[in-house]
Amino acid sequence: MKTFNIGGVHPHDNKLNTEAPVKELPIPQQVCVMVSQHLGAPSQPIVKKGDKVKVGTVLTQNDAFLGAVVHSPVSGTVNKIADIPDASNYPKPAIFIDVEGDEWEESIDRSPEIKREIELDAPAIIQKVKDMGIVGMGGACFPTHVKLMPPKDAKAEFLLLNGVECEPYLTCDYRLMLDHAEEIMIGASILMKALDVKQAIVGIEANKPKAIEHMSEVAKSFPGISVQALKMKYPQGAEKQLIKALTGRAVPSGKLPINVGCVVDNVATCYAVYQAVQKNMPLVQRTVTVTGPSIKEPTNFLARFGTPVSAFLEAVGGIPQDTGKVISGGPMMGKSIMSAEATSVKGMSGILVLPESEAHRNNVYPCIRCGKCVDACPMGLEPYLIAASTAAKNFEQTEKARVMDCIECGCCQFTCPSNRSLLDNVKLGKATVGKIIRARNAK
Amino acid sequence: MAENTKWVISGAPHVHGPESVTKIMWGVVIALIPSFLVSVYFFGLQALLLTVVTVLSCLLFEFIINRFCFKRPCSLGDGSAMITGLLLALNLPSDLPLWMAIVGAFVAIGIAKWAYGGLGQNPFNPALVGRVFLLISFPVAMTHWPAPKALFGGTALTDALSGATPLGFAKEALKTGMPASEIANSLPAYSDLFFGNMAGSMGEISAIAILLGGLYMLCRKIITWHIPVTFLGSAFIFSGILWLCSPDKFMDPVFHLLTGGIMLGAVFMATDMVTSPMTAKGKIIFGIGCGVLTVLIRTFGAYPEGVSFAILIMNALVPLINRGCTPKRFATSK
Repeated sequence: MKTFNIGGVHPHDNKLNTEAPVKELPIPQQVCVMVSQHLGAPSQPIVKKGDKVKVGTVLTQNDAFLGAVVHSPVSGTVNKIADIPDASNYPKPAIFIDVEGDEWEESIDRSPEIKREIELDAPAIIQKVKDMGIVGMGGACFPTHVKLMPPKDAKAEFLLLNGVECEPYLTCDYRLMLDHAEEIMIGASILMKALDVKQAIVGIEANKPKAIEHMSEVAKSFPGISVQALKMKYPQGAEKQLIKALTGRAVPSGKLPINVGCVVDNVATCYAVYQAVQKNMPLVQRTVTVTGPSIKEPTNFLARFGTPVSAFLEAVGGIPQDTGKVISGGPMMGKSIMSAEATSVKGMSGILVLPESEAHRNNVYPCIRCGKCVDACPMGLEPYLIAASTAAKNFEQTEKARVMDCIECGCCQFTCPSNRSLLDNVKLGKATVGKIIRARNAK
Repeated sequence: MAENTKWVISGAPHVHGPESVTKIMWGVVIALIPSFLVSVYFFGLQALLLTVVTVLSCLLFEFIINRFCFKRPCSLGDGSAMITGLLLALNLPSDLPLWMAIVGAFVAIGIAKWAYGGLGQNPFNPALVGRVFLLISFPVAMTHWPAPKALFGGTALTDALSGATPLGFAKEALKTGMPASEIANSLPAYSDLFFGNMAGSMGEISAIAILLGGLYMLCRKIITWHIPVTFLGSAFIFSGILWLCSPDKFMDPVFHLLTGGIMLGAVFMATDMVTSPMTAKGKIIFGIGCGVLTVLIRTFGAYPEGVSFAILIMNALVPLINRGCTPKRFATSK
């Protein structure tokens, strides 16, 4: 079975209650929609206090190339625009909307029929994807329409669909693949048309046999789309690792997937593309896994954006007594959040509640030079060296050790027998070296 | 939201793998048990006493230096001082005066380890530094070995070789011009050497006990195959070439693998994580260097045995090896 070539770790996958159906989360009385929910230039709100909005009303504008807009996930009245801490715990501007009913914009097709015929041509698809605010839903929130516009010197050959879900605990993509396989395939066909590629491969890890079987079955009626089972290994869902596993191609340092002829999209993004292009439905909701060892019934919820974490936790029976840490995303790359007031965004795939006993880091020992971080690094870096040179503020060496290649997957810290905070240091080194490089290039 | 303020905020990853320093160190201790038992079997309670004294003095020096010089929290729990003590004891002749062992423990823990800053900072294997210090300071005591006797039996199993290891005996005999084939006849059979029935340092005599421990460490992924295999392999090949060139002047390669400290060195001393290279490529270079240097010193040097010196010399090259042997990078790898 295929997988990527170097490094990687095997965390326990902890997929809990995977066969339970997705539940619709009741719309809260007030939502709080983050103004910028993508990677790139920040957006500006175009509504003001007192404005009436419907589901699908455009709330923000963004003229930057790397930009994406946000639509109202509810109908109601804009209450205020103010800063609240998001999942990164930094205050960011958000639009507070008091919910009144659930009225959708008339242009949106909410009928349950699956529409297979693709009417739009490539430029129209790209414009639609942009207008509907579609971003990568694996967590990075890269604006999807930008991926559909490769630079002139590059040509896409493969569309790769990421159904790997290698983060432990998360099951939202798994449920989506079981429940909406056909829509995902149509979404993939739309992306193939926009990119003018003939071949698409869906990568799914071997711990999801039902999804592999179902997706393979559905893929039979979609020419050019195939499903590839992958050996379980974290971080297979990372873009470069997935490309390596599925095509054998390696994205060179500092280059993009398109430079090796690949475009990678998450299966959830494909589903969103289907809804945007075929149903004219903007991205206003997503499936979120609410899970954790102490959660009685871990569940996937279909929830509108802007729903506070507290509402998710109430829906699974409240915050467990022994809660020590709440994470937005999975346990390997997710962010621990400060307050249950943080709200769901396009990139929030899961809410993981860890008990007090699992919330703390273990005692740190000196580095014993075992080299396990080097063996685990999927980019072939030397995490111990990057971390040590960063701690010594020797950023020249940090840069030489190729810190900018780091994908921040956390394998080094996961595997370190001395429990050293390798990734904290590596991230600091990466941020600092990034600044140094930008300053140098600006000269 | 007072109840929320107690949530832990920390960077990813939020889960950790099963590995820990303590598990690794105690894993090594477990792997040393067979060699220790064999040494007690052949050398009696004297071996037990020497081991206990060496280990206890290592722990004591670790505690004192850590507590009073560095003022850090107690580090005995990580097991590293315990390993240094055990390895040092297994590298000593069983009848060494106890005070010498205590001096060796001080050199190992105090000079080779803590003078550089403690666990993880030392460039040289502490137990080997202790052993070599003793060898140079007390050459007579360190090169006198009691003949192996089965525990409680009291009778020597091998009469021929009390007082000299097979390596030392062969070295002297070769100097007098005795052909290697004749020397082999007056040595214990290879099966005896394999099970440990020969004179030598406490832990080095039994190849099988060492290999058992090595196998355990391999399974637990405490060590990788690279260093032991390349160490033993290169020593075998190099000594084999010499032997094929002149079978009368050089001992055969099997003799080289079964005698002296090469097994103990390849499995337990050279594989020390702190003092060996990080990457597979680096480990292979390190292992080959150790093997070739060992045979060089044994056959052409003044000492009959060269494992300790070979490993210490290669220890010194580790930073250079690490610099030259970067891991296989993602994009350039096939």
